[in-house]
Amino acid sequence: MAAPYPLISAPTPRILVLGIGNILWADEGFGVRAVEHFHKTYEVPDNVTILDGGTQGLYLVQFVNEHDRLIVFDAIDYGLEPGTMKVVEDDEVPKFTGAKKMSLHQTGFQEVLSTADLMGHYPERLALIGCQPLHLEDWGGPLTEPVRAVIPAAVKMAVRILRDWGVPVTARPEDAVVPRLLANDIDYDNYERRTEAAALNF
Amino acid sequence: MTSQSPNGVTLDNSGKRIVVDPVTRIEGHMRIEVNVDENNIIRNAVSTGTMWRGIEVILKNRDPRDAWAFTERICGVCTGTHALTSVRAVENALGITIPDNANSIRNLMQLALQVHDHIVHFYHLHALDWVDVVSALSADPKATSALAQSVSDWPLSSPGYFKDVQTRLRKFVESGQLGPFKNGYWGNASYKLPPEANLMAVAHYLEALDFQKEIVKIHTIFGGKNPHPNWLVGGVPSAINIDGTGAVGAINMERLNLVTLIIDQIIEFNNKVYVPDIMAIGSFYKDWLYGGGLSGKNVLAYGDVPEHANDHSDASLKLPRGAIVNGNLAEVHPVDHADPEQIQEFVTHSWYKYPDETKGLHPWDGVTEPHYELGPNAKGTKTNIEQLDEAAKYSWIKAPRWRGHAMEVGPLARWVIGYAQNKAEFKDPVDKVLTDLGLPVSALFSTLGRTAARALESSWAGHQMRYFQNKLIANIRAGDSSTAHIDKWKPETWPKEVKGVGFTEAPRGALAHWIKIKDGRIDNYQCVVPTTWNGSPRDPEGNIGAFEASLIDTPMSDPIQPLEILRTIHSFDPCLACSTHVMSPDGQEMARVQVR
Repeated sequence: MAAPYPLISAPTPRILVLGIGNILWADEGFGVRAVEHFHKTYEVPDNVTILDGGTQGLYLVQFVNEHDRLIVFDAIDYGLEPGTMKVVEDDEVPKFTGAKKMSLHQTGFQEVLSTADLMGHYPERLALIGCQPLHLEDWGGPLTEPVRAVIPAAVKMAVRILRDWGVPVTARPEDAVVPRLLANDIDYDNYERRTEAAALNF
Repeated sequence: MTSQSPNGVTLDNSGKRIVVDPVTRIEGHMRIEVNVDENNIIRNAVSTGTMWRGIEVILKNRDPRDAWAFTERICGVCTGTHALTSVRAVENALGITIPDNANSIRNLMQLALQVHDHIVHFYHLHALDWVDVVSALSADPKATSALAQSVSDWPLSSPGYFKDVQTRLRKFVESGQLGPFKNGYWGNASYKLPPEANLMAVAHYLEALDFQKEIVKIHTIFGGKNPHPNWLVGGVPSAINIDGTGAVGAINMERLNLVTLIIDQIIEFNNKVYVPDIMAIGSFYKDWLYGGGLSGKNVLAYGDVPEHANDHSDASLKLPRGAIVNGNLAEVHPVDHADPEQIQEFVTHSWYKYPDETKGLHPWDGVTEPHYELGPNAKGTKTNIEQLDEAAKYSWIKAPRWRGHAMEVGPLARWVIGYAQNKAEFKDPVDKVLTDLGLPVSALFSTLGRTAARALESSWAGHQMRYFQNKLIANIRAGDSSTAHIDKWKPETWPKEVKGVGFTEAPRGALAHWIKIKDGRIDNYQCVVPTTWNGSPRDPEGNIGAFEASLIDTPMSDPIQPLEILRTIHSFDPCLACSTHVMSPDGQEMARVQVR
């Protein structure tokens, strides 16, 4: 049961495009909003899974195990200007918690990666598309303008990486009707329409 | 200075202060400060944390039928439980009922979440407080096999199997990449297991990682997707089409058979792995019975898992409901969420402002006005606190009280109440564990008791899942395929102004949402979560909360390795995922550790 089942050498690698973060917590929602925008604007073949990982931590390990390659959108504290996008790939992505906290989900996602490694399923290719957040303490606050503005570029970066990996990605037509990745009023447009309400500010 | 809290705990904050503080958060973060005496025994404890409060702002003026989708995002571990609590609150406010099938399916989803959370909590978030991973490297695989076979007939127990696990572990450790095993206090004197027991536990850590993904398939089947399954006010979103083959989303016989199979696996894993592991580990920690705190005095449970749809009376709820105060197990008090005198939140020691802070507020009348200030004896600055002043405001967590009493909630609270009510399904397994370990009933009120209650509950939940799965299938076979009531779906059918409350037993304890609906929109929404009960700061009377009480009188092997603090705090399964570091009294960082 615990033995790592060997990866079947599939001619087409299984790819996971994952967004993580808490949409209720201002710029923490970057990863989820980016993957939501990707889903809205681009179409991918069947070997690519688009996943809103939301607030899940260790439970995401099964999704990493089931795919060969991984692209992750996440809010990352690099100590840069808010709204700066930074991409790290493969060995650059720190597998293990170092001295400096990079991701806000480090206890979650870094552990997911190292646990996948322990289980014998570390991704063969890996890209982390991060964005420097502005507000983290603004509970219930919106995604801030500099972070929101970076989403189209972050999505384009994911498309470029997928194409580099040989995956055909096509832009959806402007008027395409796409089933929502997030529904029940928590999709980006509906969620953010409440910005007129006073957010708690500390 | 020595003082006595009204709830019977002697506190002395004169000794050396140790701070266990977070550097990041996922669901929120927490920090523990303790004072130890000259023998390194904990004599004072201060628990502080951040807790989600912005939900009230976000939900204002939204459609109550969507509230579950927001509350499901509060936290990464209680997702479905928050959603269930939310739909129940809305249904309670609007007088909406659900069909029998929906009741069975909701119970199956809630119980699956309980089992999943309990197994992942024990193996992946708590076991390493008892199990020394590095010691497992020196285990004899043959002796490990003999040990495993003496505690269970689980098939993965050969010497070769344990040798393989050990080889994998060695490779991982020797590569310098400890990964999930980083930050442990390997070799600390408070680890009591022999190498073979450590190796057996590490093998089961890996097996549980692999198995947990099967459990959540139940959420995908009934909730349409996972993570973040779908819920529905008035029932469940999944349609039943029993003869359907491949109808998208509908529940057919093939899917129900898969659920049955997973339930069988859950029962077997609990019986042959989880519970035997707890017994094996417990047998080596029989003399480490610290951490009881409030569990032998004041415990609270709301109850959950209704036998009958729409009947939330004590008699219908299979997980027990009630309150025990002052250690009087002979009397289990009834609990009423709507009674303004029973559940109240205080902010005397919380960073919020009330017009009169000597009084508590019932959640329907809850106010969340932040007021951040440090007490006169705090050290550091507002942005870099070195030491809190517990005589002043010191936490973002409010202090909920039941009739003025600080209460412990969670699996141990539920099992103590079930035990006190003389319910055989709770009393018999507890008595068996105590008899097998040769321990008195008082041993239940401990860190180990909390951890054991969780395992017994996982086992109980597996059997309840089988019961509700059979009930669901029998009801469908009898021709009932209804999964939702939609007669009150439209806001036009609702009263102008109503209020309601929904409650569940989350894996980590009693959870309730209070809602006020006005003109079809949310007017006020308040969540009181289990970790608010357990992690609460002091109240105006000076009663200390469950986390703080549980640490008092615990000896530490080495104060710069707060293993014992983490062991006890983790035993509550706090919904605060965070990494912590240990600070010396002069603010120098001395060590780092993970707290979740």
